[in-house]
Amino acid sequence: MGFSDTDWTAIWLTLRLASTVTVLLLLIGTPIAWWLAKSRSRWKGPVGALVAMPLVLPPSVLGFYLLLAMGPGGPIGQLTQALGLGILSFTFWGLVIASLFYSLPFVVQPIQNAIEALGERPLEVAATLRAGPWDRFFTVVVPQARPGFISAAILGFAHTVGEFGVILMIGGNIPGETRVVSVQIYDYVEMLEYDRAHWLAGAMLLFSFAVLLGLYLFRQRRSRAGIGVGA
Amino acid sequence: MAVSDICAGFRLSFPDFSLDIDTRIPARGITAIFGQSGSGKTTLLRCIAGLQQCEWGRLVVRGETWQGERIFLPTHRRPLGYVFQESSLLAHLSAEDNLQYALRRARPVPPRDLYWRVVALMGIGPLLQRYPQQLSGGERQRVAIARALLVSPQLLLMDEPLASLDAARKREILPYLERLRSEFELPILYVSHSIDEVARLADHLLVLDRGRLAASGALAEVLGRLDLPPGLGEDTGVVLEGRVVERDARWGLARVAFAGGELWLRDSGDAPGQHLRVRVLARDVSLALASHGDTSILNRLPATVAEVAPDADSALVLVRLRLEGEEGESGIVARLTRRSADHLQLVSGKKVWAQIKSAAIVK
Repeated sequence: MGFSDTDWTAIWLTLRLASTVTVLLLLIGTPIAWWLAKSRSRWKGPVGALVAMPLVLPPSVLGFYLLLAMGPGGPIGQLTQALGLGILSFTFWGLVIASLFYSLPFVVQPIQNAIEALGERPLEVAATLRAGPWDRFFTVVVPQARPGFISAAILGFAHTVGEFGVILMIGGNIPGETRVVSVQIYDYVEMLEYDRAHWLAGAMLLFSFAVLLGLYLFRQRRSRAGIGVGA
Repeated sequence: MAVSDICAGFRLSFPDFSLDIDTRIPARGITAIFGQSGSGKTTLLRCIAGLQQCEWGRLVVRGETWQGERIFLPTHRRPLGYVFQESSLLAHLSAEDNLQYALRRARPVPPRDLYWRVVALMGIGPLLQRYPQQLSGGERQRVAIARALLVSPQLLLMDEPLASLDAARKREILPYLERLRSEFELPILYVSHSIDEVARLADHLLVLDRGRLAASGALAEVLGRLDLPPGLGEDTGVVLEGRVVERDARWGLARVAFAGGELWLRDSGDAPGQHLRVRVLARDVSLALASHGDTSILNRLPATVAEVAPDADSALVLVRLRLEGEEGESGIVARLTRRSADHLQLVSGKKVWAQIKSAAIVK
């Protein structure tokens, strides 16, 4: 039986969404992770809790607030209108913004842990070797915290692929625009097309397992190699 | 202020420790920063490197202000090299890439032969392809020292570079440090809590005690003081700079002349004319009022008592002696029982004979 054309559209849309979100999250999440790892500010606790909220919040709650925020009266909505982008809810980019919030902790936390594990010493060493702050970041932090960045990318991607509740709230169910794989499966089940649902659900299952297996194997291999300075 | 000096003043306080130092350090040779653990040696070094923020700081190196009221050069803009106590090689880079990391960032661009000169000096040619975890502790420190030299520093800071190594590894590295001193015109600040290392390497000495400067000056002068706060105990002793004038093959001895006299020492194999450094421990010096020929002690020198001071041990006293010879004068310290000092009626100005039971050539 295989995938139908609408299935392929949904799969393609899902991959496009997850890739876009992963790239943006690495760019946004890295400075946040850096700040959380290094700051001694009293705002560190509240900001850390805020970033971690999607871990415990029901996706429908997050989706509800984001829907309001992106609407014509919400702060995000007013901003996007002022920029001439219109209202983003029920669009692909609306999903992207929602997913950024939803998957943020999955990207921030591995990077934050890796930076914390690195400690100050390698950075101090690089500073005594004339490396400025950006130089230190790209020549010491990125290579030495690479396992953290890779974990973050994999988790951010996989978690966005698996998103459902938030997408339903923000994006609804528009083919080719917001109907991702998880929503497609939901549709099939509603229409009692269990065979079609099986194909997509099975594919998601295999995908998730493969991703996590890859991640564990990668971590096992890395844990044997040292990081930091010396040995 | 001499342009060749380093003016360093820092003030900072932690809940259980405060540092308050304002001093001048000669910007040549090796200056040891000595003190017990917790005396603030490493903190002072980190302040000089700009790695430690402080409440007040002033640092002028050879006329250039690195830190002042409105100036704070960040670490990467200070032309210094830093050798950390434990291994500090970047683990994701091979030994060679660690060296290149420094060399690529060195300003001004160093002469082209510097790389191979430093590699040869530290004897690390065969190690270059290895990664830090494949090197021994001593090898890692040699690579780290080489790396610090390759940023062409104007000042080299070394924070107990031997502390993490066992005695054998220390003996392995010390000669490299001595070669470094003789081959590079580079002032070195060397933090250590080992008086042996200090006696062997240092030209100048800063003694820290609980975050304050307790003494500073030329090595021989500071070691000759009787009021050093940590109280070196059994390690109290001075260092004399001398040169070999004669070797006696029959007895396996060498005659070493220094300002203030001569000593017969076990022949170290050094040729006549060779300059060397002799350490005389206070516990190995005894005093007599007359010169006795019938004693096993080979070295008896006429001396004048300069100062008598109490030792940390209440049964003992420290006596500073002035040795006067044709080439000048030197000071040594004797550590005696209070009873002996009383018996000999030692007072400042009294003429005595110093009997030196043993003295060690430290380099």
